[in-house]
Amino acid sequence: MSTLQKTTLALALAGATLATTAHANEVEVLHWWTSGGEARAANVLKELMEAEGYGWQDFAVAGGGGETAMTVLKSRAMSGNPPSAAQIKGPEIQEWGELGLLGDLNSVADAEGWDELLPDVVADIMRHDGQYVAVPVNVHRVNWLWANPEVLEAAGVEMPTTLDEFFEAGEAIREAGFVPLAHGGQAWQDATVFESVLLGGQGSEFYQQALVELDPEALGGEQMIDALEDFKRTRELMDEGMPGRDWNIATAMVIQGVAGFQLMGDWAKGEFTAAGLTAGEDYLCAAAPGTQNAFTFNIDSLAMFRVSDDEEREAQQALARLVLEPTFQEAFNLAKGSIPARPDLDMSEFDSCAQQSLADFQRTAEEGGLVPSMAHGMAVRADIQGAIFDVVTNYFNDADMPAEEAAERMVSAAQAASF
Amino acid sequence: MKNTPATDLAPVAKRPTPSGGFQAWLPRLVLAPSVAISLFFVYGFMLWTFVLSLTSSRMLPSYDFVGFGQYARLMQNERWWVASTNLMIFGVLFVVICLAIGALLAILLDQKIRQEGALRTIYLYPMALSFIVTGVVWKWLLNPQLGIQAMVQSWGFESFRFDWITDPDMAIYTLVIAAVWQASGFVMALFLAGLRGIDDSIIKAAQLDGASLPRIYLRVVMPCLRPVVFSAVMILAHIAIKSFDLVVALTGGGPGYATDLPATFMYAHAFTRAQIGLGSASAMLMLGGVLAILIPYLYSELRSRKHG
Repeated sequence: MSTLQKTTLALALAGATLATTAHANEVEVLHWWTSGGEARAANVLKELMEAEGYGWQDFAVAGGGGETAMTVLKSRAMSGNPPSAAQIKGPEIQEWGELGLLGDLNSVADAEGWDELLPDVVADIMRHDGQYVAVPVNVHRVNWLWANPEVLEAAGVEMPTTLDEFFEAGEAIREAGFVPLAHGGQAWQDATVFESVLLGGQGSEFYQQALVELDPEALGGEQMIDALEDFKRTRELMDEGMPGRDWNIATAMVIQGVAGFQLMGDWAKGEFTAAGLTAGEDYLCAAAPGTQNAFTFNIDSLAMFRVSDDEEREAQQALARLVLEPTFQEAFNLAKGSIPARPDLDMSEFDSCAQQSLADFQRTAEEGGLVPSMAHGMAVRADIQGAIFDVVTNYFNDADMPAEEAAERMVSAAQAASF
Repeated sequence: MKNTPATDLAPVAKRPTPSGGFQAWLPRLVLAPSVAISLFFVYGFMLWTFVLSLTSSRMLPSYDFVGFGQYARLMQNERWWVASTNLMIFGVLFVVICLAIGALLAILLDQKIRQEGALRTIYLYPMALSFIVTGVVWKWLLNPQLGIQAMVQSWGFESFRFDWITDPDMAIYTLVIAAVWQASGFVMALFLAGLRGIDDSIIKAAQLDGASLPRIYLRVVMPCLRPVVFSAVMILAHIAIKSFDLVVALTGGGPGYATDLPATFMYAHAFTRAQIGLGSASAMLMLGGVLAILIPYLYSELRSRKHG
């Protein structure tokens, strides 16, 4: 109880002190791009805005993968004073849209041709009720397998392309004296591995049915049980020090040659780059085993709140336009390790992993296989995502729970999550 | 009224009477803002939380009332039961072990030993740390690849295992270890103060009657310390119920959600999973738990004050 009180009080105070409205001709942007590279990237946007004569009021809230920022945003919205734009992603955009708080960007979207520029799956996420309300900033790919080539060589294995090869390679790496799969035992990391394994073993159609459409037959069916069993097998490839480990520590295990593989989204690349390693030489990247024809995306986006002031709306529209312009897309995504949200850019500045990522993004957008990441809040609402996380992480850590029971729980998680 | 020294005392003595005027109202005026603020921010928000727990609120508060539906959902939520059971295990073990260790340390320190001040400080110091620091340190100590297990194995005991933090069934006990380490020194200080307050002559009388030292502590000293035990239990119990930072730093609620406590459950649901209604319901149940401990305490405090 007292924790709630303290938090509420803190929020009330935060709301009171931060409640400085954006002035005309100015945008206030709430985001959590606060780490070194990200902050520099966000600064590019600020400079672009200022070059066009608009003001930029930075509203960066650090911490917890945006949790803190969302809490601040909620308190601002409740007090009737939301910022002009906020970093909101996935199905949450729809929730804000249903509250009637988002303004539309249709005029910018029409002028810039967003319909042609963005893949349909992405455009659908940015629209509420047929109106564009948000603009994509970048595209992260979640189904990546990272590897240390020296470890693979010592164990005499190649990059695996199927789940079976992956488990075989894992065994060989263990025999050579390394940790096969670096992992951190946190719910979201468990879910990240789970969705990549499910995608690799059962394909993107099943992924779509089970984790996006939440079809009870898929969630409780044979394929889900197979996927859960594969997922449990990956646990045998991990070391016992994993509980609570942060993802970047796990990446460091691959960098240092302690571990062979890691299944993690492309933000892991930032760690490799920071360690001075070159993609394709010092570290390897490939689609998670069995997911060569699929792409789980995690897209950051800026949603625009409804504003009454005409000048502020004009600044807001300019912001939306600049976000998708090549200058910002290139600068931001080079810093963040992701790929641009528009596929028509010159990718020569990017490394080989990003180039492959963009190629796969375009291919899967056309041929199918482009699916939203459940583990990163792109596929289902936060409450259902949380309930699925509970099942996944509990099953993963409980040596005695059979996959059948986990599949049953998955069905009830998808149904019972909310009113 | 003239302010001559001779009449100066009279109005002061009469201050509580209405004739005191402004003088009588001043303290109330000065206190009024803080009373109003705490009424609003503590009791007002408590009430608001209760109202929210009756609604279907998800991402933002809404006032679509669903009766006790959120409580019903909470009762069906397996994770809530894990959290509640964990609180029982953690709370009981934490309080009992802290009391036992605290009492033992206090009695040992009470034997008029040398360097008592230094030893007392050493035992008391963990209390000066925040639970976050304790959590992080114990997380490393308990990590099988970095901490105690790795150290003992490197001494040659290859079969030694101490990997509770990775085992969903045992992880809750790692919280107990860390919390006991932090708080038992504090309990020791409470007991020591209590021991020092006992009249020497009672102990001397018992010695004259031929009672052995353990018997004196068990039959004479401990009964005198009942009020200390009572305060210690109250303080420890509310630390246990409020525990949040220790879980976040030590296990992050894991493995899985094996070490979830009601406070972390509430935070996760209200603030990260967009289920404010369910989170509020769990917060109200926690408040119920705190009141169940607090009311008997206040009752006995007030009663003893009336009698005393």
